[in-house]
Amino acid sequence: DKIYGNVSALVEGLPFAPEADGTLVRGIRWIMAKTARELGVMMTGGSSSMRDCWMPMREAGASARTSLIAAAAATWGVPVSTCRAERGVVVSSDGRRLRFGEVASLAVQYRPETITLKAAADFTMLGSPMPRLDSAAKSNGTATYGIDVSLPNMLYAAVVMSPFGAAAAPALSDARMQQGRTMPGVRAVMSLPGSKYGDPPALAIVAESWWQARKAASALAATVPTVEATANAAGGTSAVSTVTVMQDIRNAVRNDDGMPIRFFGGAKDALAAAARTLDATYEAPFLAHATMEPMNATVRLSNGHAELWTGTQVPGYARAAVAHVLGLDDEQVTVHQHILGGGFGRRLDVDYIAQAAAIAAAIAKSVPDVPVQLIWSREDDMRHDFYRPASVSRLRAALDAEGRVTAFVAHSAGQAPFKAYSKRVGFLLTQSGPDRTSSEGTWDQPYAFPALHASHSETESAIPVGSWRSVGHSHQAFFVESFIDELAAAAKQDPAAYRAALLQSHPRALRVLQLATAKSGWGEPMDSAADGRPRARGIALHAGFGSIVAEVAEVSVAADGRIRVHRVVAAVDCGLPVNPNIIAQQLESGIIDGLSAALNGELVVNGGTPRQSNFHDYRLLRIDECPVIEVHIVPSLDVPSGVGEPGLPPIAPAVANALFTLTGTRLRSLPLRMPKEAAS
Amino acid sequence: MSDPIVLLVNGSSATVAVDADTPLLWVLRQTLGLPGTKFGCGMAVCGACMVHIAGAPVPSCVTPVSAAHGKAITTIEGISGPVAEAVQDSWAALDVPQCGYCQSGQVMSAVALLQANAAPSDADIDRAMQGNLCRCGTYPRIRAAIHRAADSLPTRLQEKK
Repeated sequence: DKIYGNVSALVEGLPFAPEADGTLVRGIRWIMAKTARELGVMMTGGSSSMRDCWMPMREAGASARTSLIAAAAATWGVPVSTCRAERGVVVSSDGRRLRFGEVASLAVQYRPETITLKAAADFTMLGSPMPRLDSAAKSNGTATYGIDVSLPNMLYAAVVMSPFGAAAAPALSDARMQQGRTMPGVRAVMSLPGSKYGDPPALAIVAESWWQARKAASALAATVPTVEATANAAGGTSAVSTVTVMQDIRNAVRNDDGMPIRFFGGAKDALAAAARTLDATYEAPFLAHATMEPMNATVRLSNGHAELWTGTQVPGYARAAVAHVLGLDDEQVTVHQHILGGGFGRRLDVDYIAQAAAIAAAIAKSVPDVPVQLIWSREDDMRHDFYRPASVSRLRAALDAEGRVTAFVAHSAGQAPFKAYSKRVGFLLTQSGPDRTSSEGTWDQPYAFPALHASHSETESAIPVGSWRSVGHSHQAFFVESFIDELAAAAKQDPAAYRAALLQSHPRALRVLQLATAKSGWGEPMDSAADGRPRARGIALHAGFGSIVAEVAEVSVAADGRIRVHRVVAAVDCGLPVNPNIIAQQLESGIIDGLSAALNGELVVNGGTPRQSNFHDYRLLRIDECPVIEVHIVPSLDVPSGVGEPGLPPIAPAVANALFTLTGTRLRSLPLRMPKEAAS
Repeated sequence: MSDPIVLLVNGSSATVAVDADTPLLWVLRQTLGLPGTKFGCGMAVCGACMVHIAGAPVPSCVTPVSAAHGKAITTIEGISGPVAEAVQDSWAALDVPQCGYCQSGQVMSAVALLQANAAPSDADIDRAMQGNLCRCGTYPRIRAAIHRAADSLPTRLQEKK
């Protein structure tokens, strides 16, 4: 087996509950894991690096240690049992020392037959905060991203892309096309059909500098095709505007006929028979990834061999995309991987790589060996993303006389991001069947209900969707944790105490909840904000990627209705905290990313083109809006689990729940906006 | 092509033959081979392209190269001195960067802030740094690192003397 392969992220795409453990489930998971490994799916995603690499890396380390000790012992002519390894040195019981480097070449002859992993009590680095290795290079400008690649004779490409759902490239008359080729620095103007990887039909301009290419692209003012909603394969329409898309999703939620993902205890019958119910519907919009480094890729084609320079989360699919577009075998493509100026799931897709390959192929017909660097403008990047799908969920609970939940029923609807992705990159196993990622975070939460029914309806539209940080959890956590808060209010109970009562059979989640409440001062009085406006706290807890996170947010509302988040206290159980420094960084990052989405995130599409285009109208949190953040880690010796994504899902509901406590207004739609009358 | 433009970048003089409206950013990155200054938005709303012109922080993505003619430009590759060292040391000590793409711009803004104000308050930091976006959410560490750099400045300046 290859040591580096993302198995967890792909296995998680399967439609099974995390705790499901039947023979069939185990068999299919095994096939998926095997397939992922055999295909060599190299992928950074699903917060799974630590989960997948923890044991192979420990085994590799233990194996190397065993070999080094054996080699040193042989050099000295002493028994292996008298030697030990510490801090890069093999030490014998009589005090002799050999550095690893001094015995490395000999050590390869001593392949261990058995290895013994270090006991947790003997860990020296695991569990201690370790510095990053890349901080200096990323503070002095020497870190090299894909966009920084510079090669001899390199040309630059800018593009004009067609709207979602368009079959044709932006149109130019022959005369305009010819005129474009005479613009300063311009070497080629070409029309591209797009590819199965998701790059739309486009016009590409290749020039000696990117600015010349970009300027020509704007000056040519190609006619972008208009699009209308068209019939799709399922017999519905592929809407090209968010107004229609949201209507389709709301209808699917109302029809209540989705694919059941998990059900037990006769929840729907209990709901129908209940004397008292709670019924609430929540909405979340499309979101863009908006990585700081816009999409870019550099491709050079010479003598039937291609080279690619780019930042990608999937080097294997990147290579396959170049090979596919150029009609080469995978082995004829070399990938030079660069660090990513942000991925967040956007660089799981290889559309921009396929597009760069198509442009390089056209250039190579007249001048071979010339590298072409494709750079998208921020506007290209914002308007040609694979977005977090918009989603709507109706949550219902049957309540007994004391306000206890006797049945919990969730039905959500929205597009299926992992299925869409699987089709683009050609990953067969998850192209059909229910897409677990659409509704994850609802049916797999740790609360104990006597009956549950969770279902999801997959909808379609022309708006492309993909994996956005924490995927389904990003919106399902808002739906579920807001509803749990509504249930607590209906039962007239403290929201933290209400959750604790539902977590009695889940000690791991209960510990996380208790750590968050203890560290946040839950229940204690709070000072007003600097402008005298009152503050309130809200809490949310969510499980995902093998980890559990609880967050307490302190919020206030300014006189003009602006929502301010002052402090966030997070508690996480992510198994053995391998590097607490990185865990804190990732939690801080997820919280701030989630706040951007909760307070401002919304992508609106009209006629196949997003209204938002750049950071002025797609607003992200800035330093003056950033809360104080504290991260507390539950001590654990369990297998390490994810930290890149789990910090994000709880923050939106924590803020919404705090706003309810503060104002009595329940916000059921993202981004959170205080209605005028509630704000004053 | 207009008249040649002379730029004084990081203490060296360079004559560039590009269209006068070319943004300074692309001249730095693609003509002069200084890729540390980053492209983020092209409309001065993210700060990834921040450079110093005559000591002041300026977004290079909307600065036509002609407007920088004859002026002293400092990029991330060229900053030096006690303030820059204090900022970059603190950035590494507190592990500020994650993806790191915005950090050249963050460092340039932070150095300009501390050169003008050796002991900034949180409100000063908000004002000076709110033009620099970070998608990874490194803001709490940026704030802490600026305070740490400010605290270390008196000793550093003393050592220089």
